[in-house]
Amino acid sequence: MKFETAATTNPIDQLKVIGKPLSRIDGPLKTTGMAPYAYERHDVVSNPAYGYVVGSAIAKGRIASIDLGKAKAAPGVLAIITAENAGKLGKGDRNTAKLLGGPEIEHYHQAIALVVADSFEQARAGAELVHVDYVKAEGAFDLEAVKDTGKPRAPFGGPADTAVGDFDRAFAAAPVRLDATYTTPDQAHAMMEPHASIAAWNGDKLTLWTSNQMIAWGVGDVAKTLDIPKENVRLVSSFVGGGFGGKLFLRSDALLAALGARVVGRPVKVALQRPLMFNNTTHRPATIQRIRIGASRDGKITAIGHEEWSGNLPDGRAEGAVSQTRLLYAGANRMTATRLAALDLAEGNAMRAPGEASGMMALEIAIDEMAEKLGLDPIEFRILNDTQIDPERPTRPFSQRQLTECFRTGAERFGWSKRDPRPGRVRDGRWMIGIGTAAAFRNNLVVKSAARVRLDRSGIVTVETDMTDIGTGSYTIIAQTAAEMMGVPLEKVVVRLGDSTFPVSSGSGGQFGGNSSTAGVYAACVKLREAVAQKLGFNSAEAEFADGEVRAGNRRVPLAEAAADAGLTAEDGVEFGDLDKKYQQSTFGAHFVEVGVDAATAEIRVRRMLAVCAAGRILNPKTARSQVIGAMTMGVGAALMEELVVDKRKGFFVNHDLAAYEVPVHADIPRQEMFFLDETDPMSSPMKAKGVAELGICGVASAVANAVYNATGVRVRDYPITLDKLLEQMPDVG
Amino acid sequence: MKSFTYERARSPAEAAATAARTEGARFIAGGTNLLDLMKLEIETPAHLIDVNGLSLDKIESTPEGGLRIGALVRNTDLAADPRVRRDYGVLSRALVAGASGQLRNKATTAGNLLQRTRCPYFYDTNQPCNKRRPGSGCAAIGGFSRQHAVVGASEACIATHPSDMAVAMRVLDATVETVRPDGPARTIPIADFHHLPGNTPDVETALSPGELITAVTLPKPVGGAHIYRKVRDRASYAFALVSVAAIVQRDGTGRVALGGVAHKPWRIESAETQLPRGARAVTAQLLSGAKPTRENAFKLPLVERTLGAVLAEAKG
Repeated sequence: MKFETAATTNPIDQLKVIGKPLSRIDGPLKTTGMAPYAYERHDVVSNPAYGYVVGSAIAKGRIASIDLGKAKAAPGVLAIITAENAGKLGKGDRNTAKLLGGPEIEHYHQAIALVVADSFEQARAGAELVHVDYVKAEGAFDLEAVKDTGKPRAPFGGPADTAVGDFDRAFAAAPVRLDATYTTPDQAHAMMEPHASIAAWNGDKLTLWTSNQMIAWGVGDVAKTLDIPKENVRLVSSFVGGGFGGKLFLRSDALLAALGARVVGRPVKVALQRPLMFNNTTHRPATIQRIRIGASRDGKITAIGHEEWSGNLPDGRAEGAVSQTRLLYAGANRMTATRLAALDLAEGNAMRAPGEASGMMALEIAIDEMAEKLGLDPIEFRILNDTQIDPERPTRPFSQRQLTECFRTGAERFGWSKRDPRPGRVRDGRWMIGIGTAAAFRNNLVVKSAARVRLDRSGIVTVETDMTDIGTGSYTIIAQTAAEMMGVPLEKVVVRLGDSTFPVSSGSGGQFGGNSSTAGVYAACVKLREAVAQKLGFNSAEAEFADGEVRAGNRRVPLAEAAADAGLTAEDGVEFGDLDKKYQQSTFGAHFVEVGVDAATAEIRVRRMLAVCAAGRILNPKTARSQVIGAMTMGVGAALMEELVVDKRKGFFVNHDLAAYEVPVHADIPRQEMFFLDETDPMSSPMKAKGVAELGICGVASAVANAVYNATGVRVRDYPITLDKLLEQMPDVG
Repeated sequence: MKSFTYERARSPAEAAATAARTEGARFIAGGTNLLDLMKLEIETPAHLIDVNGLSLDKIESTPEGGLRIGALVRNTDLAADPRVRRDYGVLSRALVAGASGQLRNKATTAGNLLQRTRCPYFYDTNQPCNKRRPGSGCAAIGGFSRQHAVVGASEACIATHPSDMAVAMRVLDATVETVRPDGPARTIPIADFHHLPGNTPDVETALSPGELITAVTLPKPVGGAHIYRKVRDRASYAFALVSVAAIVQRDGTGRVALGGVAHKPWRIESAETQLPRGARAVTAQLLSGAKPTRENAFKLPLVERTLGAVLAEAKG
């Protein structure tokens, strides 16, 4: 199905199942421990051997020699895979450094060996006996130090440099100006389930039960790296224990499991050890961002400029923190610039809302600062500069844009009018209280997505697609889509996901999965409805699918009859035309945060949070809410504690475990409220939905930062906002 | 993890004797720290002596009016004991400020005293660490040192002791009871129990090889307001940036010990004479000679401010 013109009325609009706050259908499996995650596929693999990964002890240089003698002789050790003995390996399209390093070392904890043994404990003990001699080389590890060597690099979705009007002149001429620099640190996905895989070979055919967000990408890169045909690779990823972008790609666990299994002639399972998770895999790269805003005295932005510097391994991507600044606020004179320097840290790559999450951390503080300079309420300043058209290309409207409504609704619900705009005025015992706000913004991406739908004689509708559920609720919204389309209750729908033998979907990433994958299921269901109508002798345009029946006029036939003995199968997908070129499709929201800052210690604790989001049709308000409040939680982490600390001498992230890389715990998160505005976006897909999973994090950290400023009068521009950055400017202890 | 042998001890004296004569022996109780360290091969004992069965899990009143806490009393039970909550509130509060509910259910009183540092370089076996591999150097010096010691550190080590409980024990003047391999018991004042790093940061306590902690004894209650204030980046399940354990009497006199600033719970009794003059005067003495790094210099004003808040709270 081609989706090339605005969606009109279709069966989804019935909203009998879609739009309902249903509990996730895979919930009972998860709460009873029965959901089969990759490392625990005892049902399909017996007698596996265990792999333990050896990570490089240096950041850059080469391996002079590896002594495997002692390790090979250790009890239970079956084989040790290294670059030297693994045979010639290609490199996938989507990883920058090699997944099995050596002799060249590209980053700390780059995998250099896999020890395979009969038991996990034996593999681990064997790994400790692998002796490696390195020759270290100088590396670049300090973004600030190498920033000026950065080269223009196009981020996702745009060129390296953008310019509209005459930014320099307009900025110089503006009566009110802001020129400030902000920094965001490297951050880790820190998902609960580490990268984990079981590999089994059957002749020259490989099956990988793995934890991956993007099945088809994974198949392609496995095939390319091992130099085998794609047809010989099967990936299965039925359940994923968190990804956040860290599992978009083939990583070392899967490749090494495959190599190990080939050598020992037996399935091999590998879970990346937690201490390797931070330097072996990808992370959200640090940024330095300079923002300049010029405005007239009445608060109209006349010039807005955003420059970004980030670092990555050679051939790595730029973070793209400027991207929202091209779209979020009006202003005739604009510029952005993206610069990327070479760093020898682990690969920087996508993490929940790549680009916008980091960019909004800076931009929405800058907007708060600018509002204060202008003497304007921060919400009024934003509304004053709201736009319904792409500010770079005025002929291009937004498909839907309710930013102002988000702010107005949120202000009312949060009690914004009670906020004292003068910093440091509100106390509650030992706590200095502040309230802050920020816009939420994330582009809506649409990605081709297919599914197969089968009706059987008992009236069960089975959906198969290689779409993944990374904790988001994909199983549930796909079931809802099929139930709505086929006119059956949710219990009559079976959803099977994450298997490369199923039609290729959008996968889970970039908040495109929910809308795109359900649109693909919609397309397959349209085809199945036609087949059913034909089989039962209905005119498909007139047939109504409801309550397990097909109806037209006075005639009613049970849906299951169409299946007969053989069943009825339809396969189709959605392919998107150029509606996303004609219309700017984005998602919007407003975050509100109240913090308390301990007047003595400057400890910051979040007291209240509210997000109001406008993101197209909400397919399932319950799972969508979970996405948003989870993202708000992650935003609190970004604001207050998350930082991969770089040892700039040795070139690695020092705090590489979950004790030292702090993310919010329950005690850090207060009651979170979130509210969706009514919206349908006929430009986005037949579902009229958009993404919400990444919108929820964008802007949270700056709302926290702005609340901290309101509480204390201390403006912190370097994340995370930890107490040591406030302490000097805090009032004397009484 | 290196392979190891294992036995259950039958008496404290036997456990100590076995430990002394067995190469690479370690005691294991709750295992909340040792097992993690073994998995990472930071600790590589050849033999584990499980002391969990030794019935050292009672909290008893002493003839002197204090409490004798068995070495195996779990942190959860100690924190919840009505006598502790009534008479030694600082201890109860310090305990619940540490770790998580699950860990406190397993962790023991003696094990808590023997926790090893959370320095990230100690945890990364690729890195030099004088504590883990004596003589290899200290990667934390000149490295990431935000959590590290500001007083009492050495050129060999700037690690901190991570315990909350031990800070309260220090302010309560606890004594550590042990049994030695050759038989006799002894008591070690908590002040002497933990060592500063000096040139031997791998030697962390006064315990001799094989010596087993059997109890920790608290003297008669001293009254006063008991406060434990732990300052950290997140609200729970994080090690202290700094912590203050204080017992403050109505007349403004009292005792103070600090956590998160040194290789041991940090208390200087002579500084306490300054308490009636306020936090600044006390901190000046407590932290005199401090040598912070650029990254942890904030701990100095933070101690003063936190102590100020604690003294204000004590006044009520």
